[in-house]
Amino acid sequence: MSSNNNTRLMQGNEACVHGALYAGARFFAGYPITPSTEIAEGMSRELPRVGGKFIQMEDEIGSIAAIIGASNVGLKSMTATSGPGFSLMQENIGYAYMTETPVVVINVQRGGPSTGLPTKISQSDTMQSRWGPHGDYTSIVVAPSSVKECFDEVVRAFNMAERFRTPVVVLTDEVLGHMREMMVLPNKGELEVIDRHHPDVPPEWYRHYEITSSYVSPMASMGEGYRFNITGLTHDQDGFPTAVPAEIKRKLDKLRRKIERYTDEIHKMKTYMMDDAHVAIFSYGIVSRSARQAVKIARERRIKVGSIQAVTLWPLPEAKLREMLSGIRKVIVAELNMGQLYQEIKRIAPRHTEVYSLTRYDGEIMTPQQILEKIREVKS
Amino acid sequence: MTKAVLSSDVTHHYLRPKKKFPNVWCAGCGNGIVMGALIRAIDKCGLSKDDVVVASGIGCSSRMPVYLDFNTLHTTHGRALAFATGVKVARPDLKVIVITGDGDALAIGGNHFIHACRRNIDITTILINNKIYGMTGGQFAPTTPGGSFATTAPYGNYEKQFDVVNLAVGAGASYVARGTVYHSAQLEKLIEGGIRKKGFAIIDVVSNCHTYYGRFNKEGDAVAMLDWMKKHSMPIQAASKVPPEKLVGKFITGLMHETDATEFTDEYKKLVDRLSGKEASK
Repeated sequence: MSSNNNTRLMQGNEACVHGALYAGARFFAGYPITPSTEIAEGMSRELPRVGGKFIQMEDEIGSIAAIIGASNVGLKSMTATSGPGFSLMQENIGYAYMTETPVVVINVQRGGPSTGLPTKISQSDTMQSRWGPHGDYTSIVVAPSSVKECFDEVVRAFNMAERFRTPVVVLTDEVLGHMREMMVLPNKGELEVIDRHHPDVPPEWYRHYEITSSYVSPMASMGEGYRFNITGLTHDQDGFPTAVPAEIKRKLDKLRRKIERYTDEIHKMKTYMMDDAHVAIFSYGIVSRSARQAVKIARERRIKVGSIQAVTLWPLPEAKLREMLSGIRKVIVAELNMGQLYQEIKRIAPRHTEVYSLTRYDGEIMTPQQILEKIREVKS
Repeated sequence: MTKAVLSSDVTHHYLRPKKKFPNVWCAGCGNGIVMGALIRAIDKCGLSKDDVVVASGIGCSSRMPVYLDFNTLHTTHGRALAFATGVKVARPDLKVIVITGDGDALAIGGNHFIHACRRNIDITTILINNKIYGMTGGQFAPTTPGGSFATTAPYGNYEKQFDVVNLAVGAGASYVARGTVYHSAQLEKLIEGGIRKKGFAIIDVVSNCHTYYGRFNKEGDAVAMLDWMKKHSMPIQAASKVPPEKLVGKFITGLMHETDATEFTDEYKKLVDRLSGKEASK
């Protein structure tokens, strides 16, 4: 055993539980689904011990509804699910975007479509995590690649949800969720924990969706003297339904601008050996582990290749990414789906950068060897 | 006359001062009568506006909260009870009231409805039952009687109806009542009883949609439909004393079922207390 009693061997799913508690989560609603169930189990064990609330709902639609309700009375709230459950949640995730309710939704990805591969890995919800609910909105999605990152990214997801009054999706996968790694649990105060900005005006002046210079409105909880209306209908700054074109546009612009304006703060990329690279592997999540290993092996063979890992998957910092890729001749977008992210990188990359797609969608992880072969192929 | 003025003062006290009249409902709609009864019931219970959360789903009835000066949560279709469950579990000290319709609660939201009953969570649900989908223009609902006409039952409805009362009793609700928009004084009392009850309370309110249901089924205008309620309903006390043949073609109103069962948030609190006691003794 390690001398440090904060050191633990744990699963990605367990790290999500610890990260959520560290961030101050005090409400969890969920429905059993493989491969995310350990998160619900962990929350059911831990939350009542800290005075928090756990409820197993009758389905995933109810789960996301309950956490939105709980968040609006002031508790940091989370749910966790996988593919089919994530699909069921979409309408109410849209409600959270529209009502600007901070919640965290973990999607431990498995193969799809439909029931698909409950016990096998996939990254095929890449685009669903960005565009799941109907309508126009901008989403924040974070994607850890290790057990430690599961912890850190869940904390960051809560911070951004509270800071920007928006749902944040944490995209992990079956392998990451069930993989065990050593990690050191941070002490209190070691990581930043952000709470929502509470209004400093008296109730009679309060507007739940006030347009501020930052585009993010302060947020009062229900049941503390600020009586307001929340609706999924397009609404004015007081939260009342509106059909006035200028108010409709203002609302939708707010949903976009409050995220896009802070892309620099939200985005997070980890690069590996990119300084002199001619070829880059672009990936996220568990694939980034294979990408780094492939880079290591390729470098031994004196191939100038590097890796870019998108830790914040959405929004991608387009200008910054374009600049990063300006010296790169070839980019391989490696992902466990049929090329969802590839289309996006192709759109963003500078004209002189060739973009290649490396995909796998047979329920297995992408191996470093597979990536090395692709590097060899594009180099020739 | 003094009394009427007083009642309207009470009503205005609980309506949002700025918003948002005239309301969206058709003239003669029963929703306004339910809203009045709800307001008077809340007033009688002496609840502070700040401590009341009124949640609703989608449909004509679910537009009610926006007019009310409480914490109001207008959610997605069928999900009001799931949102309200989150609110109540997170803040058990708040009084949570759900306004829903027959389509909202029993079709798309049927699963949440039976599970809210099963948990016996302390939420008062007012189900305004007009036997049809009004907001979308008159399609049949799980409550539309067999043979009735609707835009999606142009040859007459061949489905069977839910009986809200039996459904709720079977699923475990601890307070189950039925009222009508004709009997507004009784309705007020039933709602008040539901609010005071610790546990899941459901008040099935027979209401009128003369715009669609009444028109399609030749039941006349709002007044005619209210008159129908008067003639075809019987209070449960009276119903228990008459022979069964006198009940044919009638529906029963009043408090249909009440039990004392453990309530969800109470049980959860006991768990938290037990765990914290255990932690302390370590």
